[in-house]
Amino acid sequence: MKTDIIVGLGSCGIASGAQEVYDFFEKNIGGSDVALKKTSCIGICFQEPIVEVVINGVKTAFGKVDTAFAEKLLAGVRSGRLPETNRIFDDEGTKSFVGPQVKIALKNCGKIDPENIDEYIATGGYEGIKKALAMTGDEVIALLKESGLKGRGGAGFLTGQKWAFLKGAKGDKKYLVCNADEGDPGAFMDRAILEGDPHSVIEGMLIGAWATGADEGYIYCRAEYPLALKRLKIAIEAAEKRNLLGDNILGSGKNFVLHVKEGAGAFVCGEETALIASIEGKRGMPHLRPPFPAESGVNSKPTNINNVETYANVPRILTSGAASFNKYSYGQSFGTKVFALAGKVKRVGLVEVPMGLTIREIVEKIGGGSSTGLPLKAVQMGGPAGGCIPESLFDTPIDYASIGATGAIMGSGGMIVMDSSSCMVDVAKYFLQFTQAESCGKCTFCRIGTKRMMEILERITQGEGTMEDLALLEELADVVGKSSLCGLGQLAPNPVKTTLRYFRDEYIAHIKDKKCPAGVCKPLITIEIEKEKCKGCTACSKVCPVQAISGSVKQPHVIDPAKCIRCKMCIEKCKFGAIRVI
Amino acid sequence: MKDKCCCNGVLDEAKEVVAHIGGTKDRIIPLLQEIQRRRGYLAEDLVNGVAEVTGIKPAEFFSVGTFYSQFRFTPLGKNIVKMCKGTACFVAGADPLIDAAESYLGIKSGETTPDGMFTLEIVSCLGCCSLAPVVMINGKVYGKMTRARLTQLLEEYRK
Repeated sequence: MKTDIIVGLGSCGIASGAQEVYDFFEKNIGGSDVALKKTSCIGICFQEPIVEVVINGVKTAFGKVDTAFAEKLLAGVRSGRLPETNRIFDDEGTKSFVGPQVKIALKNCGKIDPENIDEYIATGGYEGIKKALAMTGDEVIALLKESGLKGRGGAGFLTGQKWAFLKGAKGDKKYLVCNADEGDPGAFMDRAILEGDPHSVIEGMLIGAWATGADEGYIYCRAEYPLALKRLKIAIEAAEKRNLLGDNILGSGKNFVLHVKEGAGAFVCGEETALIASIEGKRGMPHLRPPFPAESGVNSKPTNINNVETYANVPRILTSGAASFNKYSYGQSFGTKVFALAGKVKRVGLVEVPMGLTIREIVEKIGGGSSTGLPLKAVQMGGPAGGCIPESLFDTPIDYASIGATGAIMGSGGMIVMDSSSCMVDVAKYFLQFTQAESCGKCTFCRIGTKRMMEILERITQGEGTMEDLALLEELADVVGKSSLCGLGQLAPNPVKTTLRYFRDEYIAHIKDKKCPAGVCKPLITIEIEKEKCKGCTACSKVCPVQAISGSVKQPHVIDPAKCIRCKMCIEKCKFGAIRVI
Repeated sequence: MKDKCCCNGVLDEAKEVVAHIGGTKDRIIPLLQEIQRRRGYLAEDLVNGVAEVTGIKPAEFFSVGTFYSQFRFTPLGKNIVKMCKGTACFVAGADPLIDAAESYLGIKSGETTPDGMFTLEIVSCLGCCSLAPVVMINGKVYGKMTRARLTQLLEEYRK
């Protein structure tokens, strides 16, 4: 009887304790006929750490595995009777989480050992490049155009068209770049692919190299992803040994050498001209286009840049055909999109959905709705360049044009769900603070305009804003967007614009009523103890860092608003729900 | 030439760095990363040494070094506390956690405690959004953090 125990060792699995579980198995598995394997993130983050047991090809997945449960599991494997609890696919929640998803880019994530090239090959890996090598470059490009694949980094440009530009560019030296500098806070799609299925990205680039005539490539990956970097390097080495990279690939006469370049932490390097500057060892500052990278990119040679998810889709289109991809469609969007679903939903994780599914289906069906019991208010899509889509527009389908019409952008795939406890002015301030800090400083409007916008938002959240500030904020948002060179500045006002459009009443409440309706902005809230509910247990007065709470034992306590710093420690501590924000 | 560096030991180390990483302009970022890996920060003597060995002006190294957030110019503390302020952590209450860490350690983010025990940093996303809010101490991620647990944790690391 052949038995495998497979532990999910993605970054978040490890953070949840998967490494301890793996170490436990390693130590205790003994010389039995049980093999211990590892895989990466399967996307069902809310069940981490996940362990899969495969007995004669029959898989059973267990969630929330700690070392105590691992011990039970190992005993079960030995006795032939696996535990009945913790089975994730018996759970209705997991069923609704997985049900509406279609896995193309994430096909292998959480299923294969990413450090073992044979497991990738066993799933049909590197068949795509073999197919491509039997075609001409133009035929490959035509196939990609037919599939309708668009750039998954957010801009949504037709990938086949982009490749055609590079193929048509003059020059004997051409570069292919993979943008793996996933800088959006709250997004981890690319990390999951790099950690879980690095060969799919390498193969996608290889197909691109064949189609466009590039012979050298870079994967520009952020240094904050040590596991992804490690697995990429292992994968490249393995591919080189199999003659899938290097000279005369598979006897075709095609050469392609691939390097990994570690980023050094600059959000603006997601912009392609800045990324190229960074590859060349310079400050990552964007330059004016044209010339576009397809004419003059890395070392002033023609260059094509796509993101991780885009490349990961390519081998699947080659092996299964354009129709297998574009049968999922909505308007002019084809295939699937990966989202990192996080925030105030019951089930968080990495999801891949067909185009046309609505935001509501993702949030409510896959995500299971609000995790706090409070009503949901908005989803934020596209990170600092995107916007907040209000609950009233949750029926918007996943489609580049439809999402764009709301004022947000499809983006690279961050999807953060917010409930009524989020203050939308504060959210706008958060994103602007981010872009403000990340502005490279080249364009005046981005450098100074975002600073002035930030100051206005600070005034408003301090209760010192005026209605004129709103008009000024809108004017600035408009000119910063219009007068900046690159995407960072052009899109930086989006979070402000969308919150002003959909949550204007919250701005007005801050300005006119001097109230923060969500109870977030400290100068605009008061913390109060409800006499009727207070039992006088003194827990709050003990935890208060500024001794603002007074009262005798078993008597209702009182907060001195002059001393209170609104840290809400007392609210966390109170067992009776007697303390509230007004 | 050699009196630009404070001693030959640094120059030898610089030569080692360059031999390992390469000495052309497109290697400036990896060179800085290597210096930081060795010293924990961009030590001026070693940066100058590497500049001398490669023949690239020190200004070019500092120009690049000051642009990227990965690089630092002061030594790190014994324990590195990274407070995640990605969107998911922000929504889950990263700000009060950061306040708590700052007031417990008595420093602002980006600073190191005078006793050299802790360096506090804010990072924009650690990619563990399902565990928000998260804090990373010395490379280990702690999820679903609360202020009480955080101060307890910091207390343990102090020992």
